[in-house]
Amino acid sequence: MYTQGLNSTDAAATAHSEDPARLGRFQNKVDVEDKVEPNDWMPEAYRRTLVRQISQHAHSEVIGMQPEGNWLTRAPSLRRKAGLLAKVQDEAGHGLYLYAAAETLGISREEMVEQLLAGKAKYSSIFNYPTLSWADIGAIGWLVDGAAIMNQIPLCRCSFGPYARAMIRICKEESFHQRQGYEIMLTLCNGTAAQKQMAQDALNRFWWPVLMMFGPSDKESLHSTDTMKWKIKRFSNDDLRQKFIDATVPQGHYLGLTFPDPDLTFDAASGHWRTGEIDWSEFKRVLAGDGPCNRQRMHTRTTAHADGAWVREAALAYAAKRAKRADRAPQAAE
Amino acid sequence: MSETLMPLWEVFIRNRSGMPHKHCGSVHAADATMALQAARDVYTRRGESVSIWVIPSSAITASDPGDKDHLFEPTASKPYRHPTFYTVPDEVGHM
Repeated sequence: MYTQGLNSTDAAATAHSEDPARLGRFQNKVDVEDKVEPNDWMPEAYRRTLVRQISQHAHSEVIGMQPEGNWLTRAPSLRRKAGLLAKVQDEAGHGLYLYAAAETLGISREEMVEQLLAGKAKYSSIFNYPTLSWADIGAIGWLVDGAAIMNQIPLCRCSFGPYARAMIRICKEESFHQRQGYEIMLTLCNGTAAQKQMAQDALNRFWWPVLMMFGPSDKESLHSTDTMKWKIKRFSNDDLRQKFIDATVPQGHYLGLTFPDPDLTFDAASGHWRTGEIDWSEFKRVLAGDGPCNRQRMHTRTTAHADGAWVREAALAYAAKRAKRADRAPQAAE
Repeated sequence: MSETLMPLWEVFIRNRSGMPHKHCGSVHAADATMALQAARDVYTRRGESVSIWVIPSSAITASDPGDKDHLFEPTASKPYRHPTFYTVPDEVGHM
């Protein structure tokens, strides 16, 4: 879903230290849109950038279960509860597809989880915002998943095969997420004045943080050239953000809601909606760990991981015991 | 690493159309039974499958991508293995 990690490459492993002939062959392969597969030779910086990017993406899916999980037991009807539960299960699944894709690059899932819990790996800034009302579940599905789709569709053509294949699967499932969110918003907007106000309040709180999901402005994003050249990333942050804004503003107006941006105007000449300036200091603060829910999210994740340790240990011990017994008393094949 | 690594399994599913099992991804699990259950939860949430195989990843022997030119060379140089290599007059019709 959440690929703010694309905004930097690892300075430590620059392409210059590697064999120019190999680098040339690698670049040719990428240029003709051949997929790079795990056992193929690849530049060290390409590998590291992908490991960081895919693992951050996976962590975002996993942490992303928390804000929505917050409303599972309080969903207003069985229909909504079933839908939300299915969505949260999908996020878990997406995290697992992505961890598996990253593992093909030579890092273990345990290592990635450890990096997340140690605070060394990041996840998308958007999940550090709280879900204060049921309408936030609608806003997340509509806006957060909508922004994620904009980001992820180009990733289906990413040069690294396992990542591209995981993204195709994820994008297919993500469309249900956005529609269930928009339906929640629509129902609230067609409800009582208080319900519509809930929807408006959710939009007010989520709109700007959602725009920040696309990462820093192109003017500030210094490292995107390598990821573009390697065809990991296909569009710039600002291009994707603009596409999202153009798609989303009319949807909000259909709901009868207003966007919390007095400068939002339609530029007839270019055919684009223009927003006011994003508050980048907020973005930086949340990424650096000081958003409304950063500590709570990490605490919940760390606790869940620690509480599950005995289950993992028991499962492994049981498997080891069975394997030992099977060794001792071989049986005919069934 | 403070934890024992959970074994990795490759997952193959067969969909309703009767096609062969096809690789769809991998899961971590302590044993085969749990791997099957995890594969069901992770890869078949929308009726994608009528059958699942899980195979320990360590049991797979793969060809080396670096060898692909000579490994697959015999197929590139044998056009006579394809039906279009042989001429049949138009009057004979579809064959």
